[in-house]
Amino acid sequence: MQKVYTKIESIVGNVVTVRAEGVSNGDLALVGNSYANVIKLDKDIVSLLVFAGAQGVSTTDQVRFLGKPMQVSYSDNLLGRIFTGSGVPRDNGPALNENMIPIGGPSVNPSMRIVPKNLIRTGIPMIDVFNTLVESQKLPIFSVSGEPYNELLARIAMQAEVDIIILGGMGLKYDDYLFFRDTLEKSGSLSRTIMFVHTAADPIVECTLVPDMSLAVAERFALDGKKVLVLLTDMTNFADAQKETAITMEQVPSNRGYPGDLYSCLASRYEKAVDFEGAGSVTILAVTTMPGDDVTHPVPDNTGYITEGQYYLKNGRIEPFGSLSRLKQNVNKDTRDDHRALMDAMIKLYSAFKESLEKKSMGFLMSEWDEKLLKYGDLFEKEMMDLSVNISLEKALDLGWQILADCFEPNETGLKTDLIKKRWPKELSVAEEK
Amino acid sequence: MDTIKGYVTGVNGNMVSVHFDGSVLKNEVGYIKLGDTRLKGEVIRINGETASMQIYEMTNGIKVGDPVEFTGELMSVELGPGLLTQVFDGLQNPLPDLAQQCGFFLQRGVYLDPIPNKNWDFTPCVKKGDKVRPGDAVGSVPEGLFDHKIMVPFSLSDEYWSVEKIVEKGSYNVRDTVAVIKDSKGNTKELSMVFTWPVKKAINCYAERLRPDEALVTKIRCIDTFLPVAKGGTFCVPGPFGAGKTVLQHMEAKNAEVDIVIVAACGERAGEVVEVLKEFPELTDPRTGRSLMERTIIICNTSSMPVAAREASVYTAVTLAEYYRQMGLDVLLLADSTSRWAQAMREMSGRLEEIPGEEAFPAYLESVIAAFYERAGKVRLRNGKVASVTIGGTVSPAGGNFEEPVTQATLKVVGAFHGLSRERSDARKYPAIHPLESWSKYASIADQKKVDTARSILFRSSEVNQMMKVVGEEGTSSEDYITYQKGEFLDAVYLQQNSFDPIDASVSPERQIKIFDVLYDILMTEFEIEEKKDIRAFFNQLRQEYLDWNNTEWGSKEFEAQEKKLIDFYKSKARG
Ligand SMILES: Nc1ncnc2c1ncn2[C@@H]1O[C@H](COP(=O)(O)OP(=O)(O)OP(=O)(O)O)[C@@H](O)[C@H]1O
Ligand SMILES: [Mg+2]
Repeated sequence: MQKVYTKIESIVGNVVTVRAEGVSNGDLALVGNSYANVIKLDKDIVSLLVFAGAQGVSTTDQVRFLGKPMQVSYSDNLLGRIFTGSGVPRDNGPALNENMIPIGGPSVNPSMRIVPKNLIRTGIPMIDVFNTLVESQKLPIFSVSGEPYNELLARIAMQAEVDIIILGGMGLKYDDYLFFRDTLEKSGSLSRTIMFVHTAADPIVECTLVPDMSLAVAERFALDGKKVLVLLTDMTNFADAQKETAITMEQVPSNRGYPGDLYSCLASRYEKAVDFEGAGSVTILAVTTMPGDDVTHPVPDNTGYITEGQYYLKNGRIEPFGSLSRLKQNVNKDTRDDHRALMDAMIKLYSAFKESLEKKSMGFLMSEWDEKLLKYGDLFEKEMMDLSVNISLEKALDLGWQILADCFEPNETGLKTDLIKKRWPKELSVAEEK
Repeated sequence: MDTIKGYVTGVNGNMVSVHFDGSVLKNEVGYIKLGDTRLKGEVIRINGETASMQIYEMTNGIKVGDPVEFTGELMSVELGPGLLTQVFDGLQNPLPDLAQQCGFFLQRGVYLDPIPNKNWDFTPCVKKGDKVRPGDAVGSVPEGLFDHKIMVPFSLSDEYWSVEKIVEKGSYNVRDTVAVIKDSKGNTKELSMVFTWPVKKAINCYAERLRPDEALVTKIRCIDTFLPVAKGGTFCVPGPFGAGKTVLQHMEAKNAEVDIVIVAACGERAGEVVEVLKEFPELTDPRTGRSLMERTIIICNTSSMPVAAREASVYTAVTLAEYYRQMGLDVLLLADSTSRWAQAMREMSGRLEEIPGEEAFPAYLESVIAAFYERAGKVRLRNGKVASVTIGGTVSPAGGNFEEPVTQATLKVVGAFHGLSRERSDARKYPAIHPLESWSKYASIADQKKVDTARSILFRSSEVNQMMKVVGEEGTSSEDYITYQKGEFLDAVYLQQNSFDPIDASVSPERQIKIFDVLYDILMTEFEIEEKKDIRAFFNQLRQEYLDWNNTEWGSKEFEAQEKKLIDFYKSKARG
């Protein structure tokens, strides 16, 4: 009953057009052996985006419309499995066709959302103390290429207490893919992990499917009561793949070649992060590499406007400036009474330290105050910022007070008097304690 | 009149081309029929027998040949009692009702009545034979805190209608006829409590527009004292991501001394709307003692909701604002973010293949932004009452660079500019409004002369700071160093304000005036300290005392005690 069309009218980039009738926008088709998506209708001209790329498609290839949109199988059988961006197994396991669900579905009604309230502990002070990660948060890791962002991602995934991990790889280097697989395997997490992996060698269009596939599955698990952590790496590759299609479709670019709907396009994915009342949740951690270490590049820039903060990875550390967890105030009021104030005070002082450092580098005399700040900055970077530090939130707070007491008089910290009375350490310094 | 029909000839994203027979209006609403589902859209271009419609929903599943029905009506909202406390999407769909019907997820093609179907206690204020014009009240119903005026629909012809019939005081359904009026030609019109109005048209049933010359108190020190907003005025908050635009707007929504607040979450995060939704009902409005939600309406078309409805949402919001102004109320509209609205226009313009302007925004961007802010205003109504719509919009400039089309177009038309800076937010100096670059054309709640002087010290302090970066602290005179410290002090204790501290979060105008006077006196005092180290120590202590003062309850014993302590402390170092 499926009608077969045999005359392809044009092939441009990864888009082919064919004359056909009765085709629905968004539906799936087979062009030769490759899946494709209807992305535009103009009278009887149907534009199709070919997942495997239009390379090798011939004008005489058969086109069949499948009468349904792109779908993915959803069941517990997904656990431990690895797929490509279009859902084909890449682990020699069987293909899954049961219980197909659509991808890129509608968004959650805002009035059904709840205020996120559970903190996710990572053991990394720069996260736990200064930019707490919260269940159902959407948070990117902004990183210069070459930084250990995938290691950080994997470490958080291992340490976080979640039920299911979904890894969406986009333009992943094969080595990185193996790294994730081996790390998850070693920690015994593979059986609660599902991977949709597009490697740098795979067709570019499949890259654009990865977030939708990952998030559609994540959403279902969450509705079924699971706490799901979705790791996406690297969203810049995703955006670049979108850009390629937009250019093929002759959309007017808005900023450095990216389409004007880049914001909406990223937002519809990130907004899948959610905490379902009475069920589970979806938390999204996504790597966004910054071309040329430029946060004003359209991809990190648009991302920053969408997500609930960002971790800024630089020189192997999570930078206190630029990094932000916007949901932290939902949880850090209930951790410890000094959490917020200490966090603010330490950051303000670190910012002052940076100024002193600048003055010093310009050869100015360091005042007594500058010296104090220099000592502080040094201690702060060594004891708190270093990614190898792995301590509980409470320990990290104690450490913070200790560092302050090592460097300053109480009234130099800008902390409220009553807190100082309660928390200012009277005894050992950081160095002596060791 | 027969409904005009047509069929789909093309689909490109959320733009659908429709062939039609007969005549259609630009901006008229039409529905695409997809089986039993009807998808709403708006005609945005007509070319021969083809109408381009932007569809307010996802367009997957639409086929060439699908039938289309036009309504003959412009995109409109329903106005009537029961709007307050509600949460609507950009097309005025009540989201909680939608959730009851459809569950966790939004479902396209479901459009519900925005005005709840319920009874109200109606009290007439006209009698048979009275003359009324559009926008005049025929009666009122108590809606929460307000006397909600039931008015002659604004869309009727602007002449004196005579009241033919008016019901007696009593309980009526919102859609029952409560009055009948007749125009000079003898046409009669039945009035219920509900009528519609096209969102893209400003409501102007008032006597005259007035200058916005009365402060709109936000209880944010840095705004009220230094960068004030006026009732009926406009202001914008541009800033890079994460600089604090939304937190600032939420503070304003909570604290602003106005009757009604309309929060328009336009293309931003759904989670932020939820915060308002969950928090506001719990908070009491100190002015009324009632829940804050009772004076609030939320319009929310968040970033993952369809883009075309996002474009409509700011107009829906401002129309509701104008409607309540017509009842004699002061309304504050907060739109976050106007850039997303501009981007929605850009997407549409791109799909129409219009010639793009800067950064691919359409050439008409500026005039559209100007027209939107023009809908703010303080007016004298025909009954003599003065009322206002104030509009504050955030702007999200690409790359945080204010030299971009939306920020620039907005700066041309607003009365106050609260520019947020990345440096300040990185240093956790909140609210991160840049005190030197920002400006306001409105009058401060404090003594303007003193404010200007304080601001000049801030400028001077920043100059000294710049100079110190070149010549170092050692090359700076004690006098200059004190000026520098004074500026830093003003910043730390007055401009910065902790939004999450129960006391500091909102500072009444009386308190601002009081503590600003003390601050001003400190700034004017010459201090007798020579060594830089001692100067710094002095200002550290001073800052501590002042911050502790900020943390005491207004009018409490502690407040007075701390005030004395603070004053004694700085006077002790004063020269002479
Ligand atoms: N006044 C404030 N006091 C304390 N923290 C603040 C304040 N304002 C902002 N912040 C912090 O900064 C974060 C980001 O603020 P906000 O969401 O208002 O930014 P934004 O400018 O609206 O960003 P975007 O453009 O991405 O929406 C908040 O989640 C909070 O952690
Ligand atoms: Mg915001």
